[in-house]
Amino acid sequence: MAEVKLFGSSGSPFSRRIEVALKMKGVEYEFIEEDVYNKKSPLLLKYNPVHKKVPVLLHNGKPICESVVILEYIDETWEGPSILPKDPYERAMVRFWVKFLDEKLVRSIGEEQEKAKEEATEFLKILEGTLSGKKFFGGDSIGMVDIVANFIAYWFMIPQELAGIDVLTKEKFPKLNEWMNEYLNCSIIKENLPLKDKLTALFQARFQAFAAAAAASVK
Amino acid sequence: MEEVKLYGFGPSPFSYRVIWALKLKGVKYEYIEENLPMKSPKLLQHNPVHKKVPVLVHGGKPISESLVILEYIEETWPENPLLPKDAHEKAMARFWIRFAEDKYPTLNTFFRTVGQDQQLAIKEALKVLQILEDQALGNNKFFNGNTVGLVDISFGWLAYWFDCIEETAGAKIIKSNNLPRLHEWIKNFKQIPVIQENLPSRDKLLAYLKTKREKILSCIFIPNGH
Repeated sequence: MAEVKLFGSSGSPFSRRIEVALKMKGVEYEFIEEDVYNKKSPLLLKYNPVHKKVPVLLHNGKPICESVVILEYIDETWEGPSILPKDPYERAMVRFWVKFLDEKLVRSIGEEQEKAKEEATEFLKILEGTLSGKKFFGGDSIGMVDIVANFIAYWFMIPQELAGIDVLTKEKFPKLNEWMNEYLNCSIIKENLPLKDKLTALFQARFQAFAAAAAASVK
Repeated sequence: MEEVKLYGFGPSPFSYRVIWALKLKGVKYEYIEENLPMKSPKLLQHNPVHKKVPVLVHGGKPISESLVILEYIEETWPENPLLPKDAHEKAMARFWIRFAEDKYPTLNTFFRTVGQDQQLAIKEALKVLQILEDQALGNNKFFNGNTVGLVDISFGWLAYWFDCIEETAGAKIIKSNNLPRLHEWIKNFKQIPVIQENLPSRDKLLAYLKTKREKILSCIFIPNGH
């Protein structure tokens, strides 16, 4: 029986964050794909009764929920490359930016794309500023902020592209664009992203579902 | 020892989270009261992203966001630990701290509403509180076990601010018969000397909340809003 199990969903950025972290630490785990839109498994509901969401990490039979909480747990439990820095002040800075990313950008999920773009532009500018002279948010190598920023690379960009919006232009965001190139070329990230066309198809299906629901409610 | 400063605001429960953590650890600090809504140049310099209190400045380096500050305090001054040592228990504590943060707006919506909207908001708040009652507290005196910890500090506003908010908004949500464990926790939390000695004046808080609610309601009733 596997000591480490991950209940996740290949299309979920939150779930993918955990896979990156586990792979960084070289932890072997069993992945259980949850059908989050149609039917969540009884085990998922048992291990995450409060939120009923993925990802959930199961270690020695004990569940941990919430992707950011899981990332901290992984860093504390297994040796290997650090996800968070050691210095308390630097850790505070990482936690601050992780919170910022999750609150400001992730909230744009499901929002109307033009509105999402407006709100995001302001926050992306702030993020752009933090990248001065650094390859990654974590410095020379990927850290927690980079892992959590996986959202930008795919889950934010693809709906914007589908809506024909060009938000992350090279002119306005040169550093973020460079970061995205490095990030998407990084093997540990590359190997832990869903296939772009699969994710695009997923978003297209959701847009169509929203549009159909909106049309139905107008009648 | 490097200098510690805290920029806060009297009625803000978030500022008090930091005060309680510093006091529980016996950390000496200078408190600077911000005259909100006016924000001092120092505050804007130390927290340019959110421009909010509380901000902790340690040896000249600023940290913003109350829950980020709490973790920093815990790691910098390890005496009198406020988080469990065991990794899984620590993860559970962090889970509930996040829950406190995520659900703060839901627990406050009834303050910003009237009539049917308020009734609905009260129902939603009760759902959240029921989760705390059933799943977070268990049979322990505190969320952290036998002694207070960061989870208790994160929910601390429920032990004092909440009933002032209830009084101002004309609602009674936490009672001894519907949420007995939470009710008991409130009593126990307020009896801790550091907490008891570090609470804002009830009269001042009520006056502040009354003005705040009046402002909010005046916006609801203006036909075109602003």
